[in-house]
Order: sequence, then structure tokens, then C-alpha cells
Amino acid sequence: MAGAARPGPGAASGRRSPWSLNNPRVRAAVYQAVLVAAVVLGVWYLAANTAHNLEVRKIASGFGFLDREAGFEIGESPFTEYSAADTYRKAFVVGLLNTFRVALIGVVLATLIGTLVGLARLSHNWLIAKFASGYIELIRNIPLLVQLFFWYAIISENLPGPREAANPLAGVYLSNRGIAFPVPESHPVHLWLGVALLAGIALTWLLARWARARQARTGQPFPIFSAGAALILGLPLAVFIAAGAPTALNTPRLTGFNFTGGGVLTPEFAALLAGLTLYTAAFIAEIVRAGVLAVDRGQFEAAAALGLRPRRAMHLVILPQALRVIVPPLTSQYLNLTKNSSLAVAIGYPDLVSIANTAMNQTGQAIEGIAVIMAVYLSISLSISAFMNWYNKRIALKGARR
Amino acid sequence: MKLRFAIAACGLAFASSGLYAQSTLDAVKAKGYVQCGVNTGLAGFSQPDSRGEWKGLDVDTCRAVAAAVFGDAKKVRYTPLTAQQRFTALQSGEIDVLARNTTWTVSRDTSLGLNFVGVNYYDGQGFMVPKKLGVKSAKQLNGATICVQPGTTTELNLADYFRANKMSFKPVVIEKLEEVTNAYFSGRCDVYTTDVSGLVSTRASRAPNPADHVILPEVISKEPLGPVVRHGDDRWFDVVKWTLFAMLEAEELGLSSKNIDAQVSSTNPSVQRFVGATGDLGKMLALDARWAYNIVKQVGNYGESFDANLTPLGFERGINALWTQGGLMYAPPLR
Repeated sequence: MAGAARPGPGAASGRRSPWSLNNPRVRAAVYQAVLVAAVVLGVWYLAANTAHNLEVRKIASGFGFLDREAGFEIGESPFTEYSAADTYRKAFVVGLLNTFRVALIGVVLATLIGTLVGLARLSHNWLIAKFASGYIELIRNIPLLVQLFFWYAIISENLPGPREAANPLAGVYLSNRGIAFPVPESHPVHLWLGVALLAGIALTWLLARWARARQARTGQPFPIFSAGAALILGLPLAVFIAAGAPTALNTPRLTGFNFTGGGVLTPEFAALLAGLTLYTAAFIAEIVRAGVLAVDRGQFEAAAALGLRPRRAMHLVILPQALRVIVPPLTSQYLNLTKNSSLAVAIGYPDLVSIANTAMNQTGQAIEGIAVIMAVYLSISLSISAFMNWYNKRIALKGARR
Repeated sequence: MKLRFAIAACGLAFASSGLYAQSTLDAVKAKGYVQCGVNTGLAGFSQPDSRGEWKGLDVDTCRAVAAAVFGDAKKVRYTPLTAQQRFTALQSGEIDVLARNTTWTVSRDTSLGLNFVGVNYYDGQGFMVPKKLGVKSAKQLNGATICVQPGTTTELNLADYFRANKMSFKPVVIEKLEEVTNAYFSGRCDVYTTDVSGLVSTRASRAPNPADHVILPEVISKEPLGPVVRHGDDRWFDVVKWTLFAMLEAEELGLSSKNIDAQVSSTNPSVQRFVGATGDLGKMLALDARWAYNIVKQVGNYGESFDANLTPLGFERGINALWTQGGLMYAPPLR
């Protein structure tokens, strides 16, 4: 649309009537008006026709159902209490949180594994390099849905029932109900641990700014990495010890059918996370490898010639250039992982799509349900995009952008 | 899955209103076959056999509709649907009739825009557990992990039952019937719950060893299962409804696929009306005069269908016997 504002090559010939179709600006405006009208008409036609068909067939419509009682249970809801007596709206929120949970952990793990595998593939060690490329080729070329079924089958078919659960570590039980593990008994100090952690991160950030400014001014480097690590780990540790180091654990126990107490990682979540992480990591590995290879070999040599040690050369010279190549395709992989999490429905993890499907079927309001799903995924994806674009701009070469 | 919902939603968006002003009966006659939504594979109700032919009580409903409309029970095309896909498929016009062990409820009859034509199997929800757990009653299931299909009345009854009895459970909700029963048989769940007919069928056809699983005595709900059509098309509604009734009426009159040819010349006025020798029931339904004869000749009466499909799996007639034999099956008079 920006083309309308920019004078075209023919705009200089001002002798023609300004309203003639031969005037490129008029022509551009007409084309765009026609396009907009076609889109608006199309959308209006679809909306009106849908409404008419729903009306004719007396199918309920509207979002009123969100406030009705859902009436179905949800398998896992780690962040908020949910019961069948809650509303559809609450059920959707639980589904959304479950989607966030798997997507967020998946993105972090996939980035870590992907970076490691990508660098491993560049390794001079023959075995490591071949192993990494074998992993990438195997995982990348099998459909994700098949992999999810594979992981789910591995977990639910091979592990013993809860009464015969494997007990590899004290308090940790491995069964086809998932991994039950001890969690610290809830204690008021946990809140303060969180506060201390946040304070540590904030202080590190301030310190890093100060260190950068000082280095720019005086050339004096500052060991920001070890100082930051000390702050981020040390502050919570100090709080923990000051509170008397409460180590009481809430250990899972077998009562009746299943383990109660402690934390649990369900087979559905584990299978979905494993599938999404390993699949996306294979793609990220290739992106990382491409990014590193994109940096000219001369840059390594120049850094070495300046006397930079390999680690500092990587940190100061190679990585900043590689990231410019890596970040845009990495964004796509994050988006893919988030959207692929909707395959959860096949193995019974209660993500947003699974909950929405159930709600659609119980209420019969498929259009509203699909609208919710689309709106949510669109917002998540656009948010990830916006964040990654901001990050990309930050690391991009200043002044090199067009 | 999502795709099918999306397609169906698009179907609602694109379907021209003109198409739906036309009656389904005319549309079916014009295209030459009945598009019938069935289960993806529930032995005894709808499942393809070793030669790929669909067999079952619900499949026989589809075949009976085709026999009534075309005089040929083979003019059916099947759309296997999961519990979640079934209503959208019907609403959007993807199928003409849904015969997929579907429970009749007031919300489905009204806000989903559907019409249940009647009941072809009276059912109730039950629980199946492995025998080795030693559970004797559903009241002992507190804390159990339960496999259930999403989007069913089962899922809601289950939550209601546990709430009413102040018990808790962990649902494992998987859409595909094969996957959810696999999860149960692999031990992911302690309990599998669905309609008792589904439990009996699944135990007989999928359990590695059927004797290892028991169905608990509690039946926690009423599940009248029946064929469904869209709201607002009374002629098609009538055709499917009276097809179902004709199968029941035939059993009551003692007409079967074996003896109906001999009965065509019967002097019993009820039989004469049934086979189309007298009266014009066919015309009233906008069908051939021999519509009911064709159903019985090609598909059989309700009892024959039950005996062929469900009895071998260990089903009893029970409340699905005719009203004359102490059951609930009762067809209004064909006159």
C-alpha cells in the first residue's frame, strides 16, 4: 500500500489530467480500492452466509457458552485449580496455560540441544560430528506426529504400572503414570528465594551496563560472567541459608491406584515435550551450523592474529556475526514449535486445542471454538515474532539495514 | 482433526443457502447414494470386516435407509468419524445421516441443530477395570486414572458421578478410539469408561485376553443411542425415522429377510400394508411402495441385525428386546 504514496516514474508528466487512469498514482489507488472492496465483500459474504446457515439450522451461536459450566475434568492443570464445576472460560485458560508450559520449556530446551548439536556437527572429532549429523538426518526426516506416538508408546507401554514402579533414586518413581518426584515442602522462604533470584538478575544487568560503560571509557575489562553468576546463584543461596536451610521434602507415596504428593511429570507431557524438543532441535542445529559457517574464515584468523583467545574470539567476533544469520530462521522454529504443540491432541495432553475441541463438541459451537484457537495462536505467534524482531534489530549491524 | 473442524466450519461459511433449502431426500436421490457417518471402528456397531465391508448395527441403519430410498442397500458411502467430528460433519452437510452410537440429549436436540430420529440401542455408561486390580464396585475408584474419549456424554457423566460421590480421578482424554483403548490396555489408565455396549465390544474385540477385564456392576447413566439428522428437514427426518421403525415393526410382525418373499401374499392387513401390497405408505414418505419390503429383504429386521452383529460378541437383548418381550423397543403403528 505504501506504493500509493510514492511518486511513480510517470508522475513527472503532469500535463495529463490528474484523474486519468493513465496517471500511475490514480491507477494504483484504483487497484487498491478494488482489492480492498473485494476482500471486504468476500469477508462480508462469508460472515453473512455463515450467520444465515446457522440461523436456518437453529445452531446456537455467540460466545455466551464461555460462562456456562464446563462439566468435564482436565488431566493436568499445574498452575491453577480447575474442577468440572468451573466455566468453559476457565477450561480454555487451563488449556492455554498448558500450551504455554510445553511451548516455553520446549523452546528453551530445543535451543540448548540445537546449539550443542549444531556445534557438535562442526566438531573436528569425527565420531561426534557423525553422531550429530546422524541425529539431525534421522529426526528431521520423520514426521513429528509419528515421533509423538513413538515417545508416547515407549513411555506408556514399556514402563511398569504404579504398583511395580521403578525406583531409581530415593523418592523418585518411574511408572506408566509418569515420573513422580519429591518437591520441597512449601515454605514461606520460597517466595523470598524468588525475590532474591530476580534481584540477582536485576543487579547483574545493572552491573553489566556499568562494566560496558567503564570498558568503553577506560579499556578496563570486568569479569562480568563470574560476577553475574555469583550474584544470581549466591543471593538466593544466602537467603536460603539465612532462613535456616529448610529441606523438608514432600515425597510421593503409593496410595491406592496412584502416587500422591510430590510432583509428577505425566507421560503425555513428557512425550510431547520430548517429541517437540528433539524435532525442533534438529532444525535449530542446522541453523546454528549455517550461522557459524556463514562467518568468513578470515574472521577467525583475524581474531587470532589480534591475540584473542579462542573463547573470547567466539564471544566477541564470531557469535555477534553468526547471530545475525541465526536469529531470523530461529524465530520461525520457535513459531513452529509453538504451533506444533497443537499435535498434543493426538496423545491426550490437554493443550488449548484439545480443550477447545472438547468444548466445541459439547456445545456444538465449532465456529466460535475455531475462532478462539486461531486468535490465540495468532497472538502467541505475533508476540514471539515481535520479540524476536526486536532482538534481531538489537544485534543487527548498525546502519547496514535498508 | 483440527483440519476437519476447520473444513466443516468453512462448509458452514461457503454452503449456499440454496443448497440447504433443497430437501436432503431430493439431494440424496440426485446423487445416487446415502452419505452415512459411522464410528471409526466399534465392533458390532460399525467396523469394516476383513474384506473392507462395513458391518454392524449402525451400519445396518445406513443400509436400511439406502434400501428404502433406492431399493438397494449397497448405495451407501461411509464417513468414519470420531466422537468430536461427528456433529460438525452433520451440521455442515458433509453427511446425510449420522449413525454412530450417539446419545440423545436435550442440548444436542436443540442447540446443536440436530434431530434424533429414535433409539436403535438403549445403553448406559459403565466402567471396565483389569481383574488383577481387585476392584468390585465403581465406588472404590477414588484416585483412579480413567481413560475416556473427549466430547462425549461419557466425559460429562464421569465428572458428574465422581463429583456426586465426592471422589477424584485423573482423566486421560484421547480422541481416537484405537488410541484410547490402547492406552487402557497398555496400563496407562486403571479404568476405561464408555457405554456398556462399547465396553463389551472393546473387551471382546481388542483385549489381549478378554477374561482379564471385568465390567463393574454400576451403570451410571442412561444412554439412548440413535441415528441423527439435521434440524429443519422434516421429509428426510421422516424417511430415516420410519426406516428405523420399519425394522422394529418387521420383527414384531415376524417378517424377516428369510420369509418376507413368502409373506408378500399374506392376507394379514398389517403385513399387506408393510410390503406395500395395499395402502400408500411409500407415497406418503415420497418413497417406493416396496420401501419397507426392501429394507427387510436386503438388511433384515431389527432382531436379525442384532443377532448378526451383537450376539456373537456376547451381547444380551436385555432392554433392547421388543416391548412384547419385556424390552423397550416399540415402533408406532405403520398405517
